Amino acid sequence: MGDPHLNPAEYDFIAARRRIEAKAKSAGEKLTSLEDAASRVKDGDQLGVGGCLFSRTPLALMREILRQRRRGLTLARNLTCNEGEMFMAAGAASRVMTAWMSIGLPWGVSKILRHYVESGAVALEEWSHLALGLRFRAGAMGVPFLPALTMLGSDLVGVAGLKTVQDPYTGETLAAVPALFPDVALVHVHRADRFGNCQIDGYPHMDADIARAATTVLITAEEILSEEETRRYPDRTVIPGFVVDALVHVPFGSFPHECYGLYEADYDHFAEYCAAIDARGPSAVGEYLERYVYGPPTWSDYLDLFGGERMGLQAKRARELTR
Amino acid sequence: MTERFNASELLAVIAARQLRDDTTVFAGVGVPLLAAALAKRRHAPRLTMVIEGGIIGPQIAPGRLPVSTNEMRAGHRATMLPGITDAFLFAQRGFVDVGFMGGAQIDQYGNINTSVLGADYWHPKVRLPGTGGANDIASLCREVIIVTAHEKRRFVERVDFVTSPSWLRGNGSRKAAGLLFGGVSRVVTTLGILGFDPDSRRMRIDATHAGTSVDAIRQNTGFPLLEAPRVETTEPPSDDELEMLRALDPERRFLG
Repeated sequence: MGDPHLNPAEYDFIAARRRIEAKAKSAGEKLTSLEDAASRVKDGDQLGVGGCLFSRTPLALMREILRQRRRGLTLARNLTCNEGEMFMAAGAASRVMTAWMSIGLPWGVSKILRHYVESGAVALEEWSHLALGLRFRAGAMGVPFLPALTMLGSDLVGVAGLKTVQDPYTGETLAAVPALFPDVALVHVHRADRFGNCQIDGYPHMDADIARAATTVLITAEEILSEEETRRYPDRTVIPGFVVDALVHVPFGSFPHECYGLYEADYDHFAEYCAAIDARGPSAVGEYLERYVYGPPTWSDYLDLFGGERMGLQAKRARELTR
Repeated sequence: MTERFNASELLAVIAARQLRDDTTVFAGVGVPLLAAALAKRRHAPRLTMVIEGGIIGPQIAPGRLPVSTNEMRAGHRATMLPGITDAFLFAQRGFVDVGFMGGAQIDQYGNINTSVLGADYWHPKVRLPGTGGANDIASLCREVIIVTAHEKRRFVERVDFVTSPSWLRGNGSRKAAGLLFGGVSRVVTTLGILGFDPDSRRMRIDATHAGTSVDAIRQNTGFPLLEAPRVETTEPPSDDELEMLRALDPERRFLG
């Protein structure tokens, strides 16, 4: 079955390896600004986005990419939340590769998803949750595909362009899930030292695989550790510094999405956002972009729109849930 | 239906009864998660919940039910957070006995559509959120139980798009596609319990709930249904089951 979207460059493991061989793999300093980190993203890039739905979304980086008015991007993320809606409405993303998109069950089917995908303005390439996870893992492993028992027999096979492979040992038919090597990985972590050695608490999601699969890796961290802390607990490092190209210190870097143990997602904010869309249609996302993305010059100005009280309450709720 | 319970409560209680002790269940948020939590509290203390956000063995906090499978609330007091890919790989390895699923459209072979309405995937009439982990649960669990409201628009002869495969077109087509394991065993609805003929794999009526009938089920289904040799009647939810269930969702976030 032909597929209009699966691009052979996505699973070209030889070219992907050459790109890693050719780049600097420095154990040196990675700390920089959001503006500088986001400027590594070029028009047309495919972005592997860490976190999942409204958990540990790299929102500070994504906001800065929108502010730099990039175009023609592909977002690859296992579950896509309102950051995907913002990229669609801003005209930044023309393609979204995901297993599911909306904000969450209480807020229903995303009207923004419907608006942009039903009109054909954005292509939504759907993979199963595990298949997309295995695409990143195959990328992380440097192989062109991984065999799997999922996605077979469904209509997702045709739209994704998934092929099958015959097991040379048993003769059984398996899904050959193609690797994905994103141009840029965007990952928000709990802690990193200035060399980019990263620690994540709670849900690991697919972030460590995405970082290894990508060519360029941009990290934001809630906290910057001393080198001594990294060396004392090396078992906590899930992304090593030599994989990382740029690191930015951004407390509350996922807000109003959650960061495990540090702050809970702000459901009230989602409800306000959805109510505006219900009232005024897709243009409400344009207004949201003006207010939250293009307006406030810095992340700290952005956080001021939520206010310390709201952020403090979400932090308290997170401690209650994870203590 | 009597006034003692509403449709969501009925679904959660009947779904909970399908789970056995010493097993594992893949459960999504909402009624399936409540059903699994109820089973664990009431009759299956050695049941383990696996949640697709990459969570094993959570103890859901009453009044703080998760709305997503990937947030802190879903992993409250979990025993392991292996990550999403690895959570599904436990199922691929055969460690997950039951998968609970819902679905926008269900056909006579138990195939589910949660992707698009309309004939053209790339230009759909209605774009739905997508598979999430549903396709994987349908492909990888030892057995799948669909839990859903029984509505004619939901039970359609042919789904517009097979997001999550069950018996495909029946008669061995699931195995032929490479899906060597699993498949939908039962569909628990607000009107009864449906199973599948072991050969043709077409849906059949196995049980009705008290106060409903085989005719009511047929009238609310968009395709002809087979009938089990003996159609059972389920026991209505007991006061005890309802009390335990309601204690899990005091905000009525999912029980309505």
